Amino acid sequence: MANNPALGAVFERDEPAFVPYLAAGDPDYEASLEYVEALARGGADVIELGLPFSEPIAEGPTIQSAIVRALESGMTPDRYFEFVEDLDVDVPLVCMTYYNLIYQYGEGEGPRPFVEKAADVGLTGFVVPDLPAEEADPLRAACDEFDLDLVFIVAPTTRGERLDRMREQVSGYVYVQARLGTTGARDDVSDQTDESLARIDDWAVPKAVGFGIKEGDHAARIVRAGADGIIVGSALVDIVAEGHENGDSVETVADRLEAKARELKAGAVRGAAESAEADGD
Amino acid sequence: MSDTQKFGRYGGQYVPEALMPAIEELTDAYERYVLANEDGFMDEFRERLRDFGGRPTPLQYAEQLSDAYDTAVYLKREDLVHGGAHKLNNALGQVLLAKYMGKERIIAETGAGQHGTATAMAAAHLDMPCEIYMGRTDINRQRPNVFRMRLNGAEVNPVTVGRGTLKEAISETMRDWATTVETTHYVIGSVVGPAPFPHMVREFQSVISEEAREQIREQAGRLPDSVVACAGGGSNTMGAFAEFVDDAEVDLVAVEAGGSSLSVDEEAGVAPNSATLSTGDEGVLHGARTKLLQDSDGQIMESHSVSAGLDYAGVGPELAHLVDEGRVTPANVDDDAALEAFHRLSREEGIIPALETAHAFGYLHEHPDAVGDVTVINVSGRGDKDLETVVEETEKRDLDVDVDMSVFEGAAQEGV
Ligand SMILES: Cc1ncc(COP(=O)(O)O)c(C=O)c1O
Repeated sequence: MANNPALGAVFERDEPAFVPYLAAGDPDYEASLEYVEALARGGADVIELGLPFSEPIAEGPTIQSAIVRALESGMTPDRYFEFVEDLDVDVPLVCMTYYNLIYQYGEGEGPRPFVEKAADVGLTGFVVPDLPAEEADPLRAACDEFDLDLVFIVAPTTRGERLDRMREQVSGYVYVQARLGTTGARDDVSDQTDESLARIDDWAVPKAVGFGIKEGDHAARIVRAGADGIIVGSALVDIVAEGHENGDSVETVADRLEAKARELKAGAVRGAAESAEADGD
Repeated sequence: MSDTQKFGRYGGQYVPEALMPAIEELTDAYERYVLANEDGFMDEFRERLRDFGGRPTPLQYAEQLSDAYDTAVYLKREDLVHGGAHKLNNALGQVLLAKYMGKERIIAETGAGQHGTATAMAAAHLDMPCEIYMGRTDINRQRPNVFRMRLNGAEVNPVTVGRGTLKEAISETMRDWATTVETTHYVIGSVVGPAPFPHMVREFQSVISEEAREQIREQAGRLPDSVVACAGGGSNTMGAFAEFVDDAEVDLVAVEAGGSSLSVDEEAGVAPNSATLSTGDEGVLHGARTKLLQDSDGQIMESHSVSAGLDYAGVGPELAHLVDEGRVTPANVDDDAALEAFHRLSREEGIIPALETAHAFGYLHEHPDAVGDVTVINVSGRGDKDLETVVEETEKRDLDVDVDMSVFEGAAQEGV
């Protein structure tokens, strides 16, 4: 179910995947490299690396502010590709961005030049929150050509024919949106998660749940509900934002991120152990 | 469904997955109620447009302008619609549709405040709770409309990101909608956004050209040589053009805001204009593929116009398509020329136009030979909301305007 072997291998392991998100270049290029590397040290299995777009309509205030900081510090698509090359991590990277940047990149029309460049620097796939399956054929074709994956988001409102269409198109993993709304950390875990997971129970592709996860306990609870992975963005971006506002050193913030990553990964692993027990094996 | 999605290469539905089911539901409701008049929806809409909205609006022969430019100028008086702008046609249509769909709450964005006002009025009229998102810059320059919205019981939510204009307000409203989509209808304010919005808004606004076409045949005995309208998102433009699109002999001119200059500052991410049709490139914003003001990376630029309602980096996909087809001619008029036209129309015809509308009259002034012998100009709205801005901007510039903008000293001193 994955075009990209590196991404495919992650979900073949016998443990739930921890998939953190950070916006590349937040709050600046150098610090951001350290932060992403800290997540890898903390146990990230895949990293969703945000390429900042000026109109991030699917994001809540936390990630929106991160995107503003990254843009103000000079992040562009070309800098982003350099950033990916400069990163010293051994974890598959998925590019999370909006369609206009993909569409606009390079010579000629359509998403192909962007995808070619992404493959060239070693990215493994894409999440594009403003590109529903209906509009995704050109990007899907380019991904197939370069062995990259295209992750779709299943929302709590997604049902019927839309699920079928997505099932045909998705690869790598499916991003299960835990609740309605935009991205942002929450203090509880939504029941919508269970319903959404149940709806795609028989899909062959791995299921990663995101939107609102903040703590190890949330991660455990979501893995118990049947997720193959957890996606965490705002709770990590909050750490970057706070460190930036308080003028903390890059090392300090990186350490906090690493510790948070460990907590979330451990929570996910614990959740898996608990459901194995419950299943009696 | 695909025939209500695209206009040539433009349009489509580029939105977060959570919104897609609502957009499908809306497409279905649009096809049933609006296109097929199920449950008499369109009859009720027409009736409310007449009784609550004050339609039909007159098509007025403008004597002074006709003399001055040596051409017969007819004014389609959308400024006389309830609320003072064409915006009510759409807002009333959508709030009524939301009601038919069983939605419980209305949200909308607004730039000039006219769409917000129209939506607040329609929501009050149809007894629906309503929240409006408006950029901080626009709140400052369109204060009267902020109060009008509140008087009608709507909540006005300031949007402070970016430059705080229409682009940011639309993004913020989409965020609200992504959270509340199951109970809430987003009344988008122009022929922009994901399908079916551009079609639906054009359909509600096409009452303008439906009336104008009949009126001009009655009054001038023929079709006009040209129809001229200002374009922000393009709703009054598409409304004024819709019924003339098949009349190949009628020129259709969309006048955008040239702002202070047509150049751009890529480095700063700023276009000192909102001339999307004239200078923009194809891209994807706010749910649709259309022409946009963007830098070479695809980041959206901050736009500028002295008129809040034209200050937007995108434009309706249908308009972009008609421009590519050569059916609509894009034009632009800068801030100074729009202000001069504002004063000219006020003085010579006794009509104080919206600053948005003034751009269309700026075009007439600059290109009187391009409009033919008979022209219809869409007076998209009235300018009461703009008085503060006009006083400030006129004083700031060296314009060819002879009007006393000073305060009466004695009155000011005595606090009368
Ligand atoms: C009076 C008036 N005219 C024109 C416009 C421009 O919008 P559109 O191009 O969608 O008609 C506005 C927008 O607020 C307006 O208030």
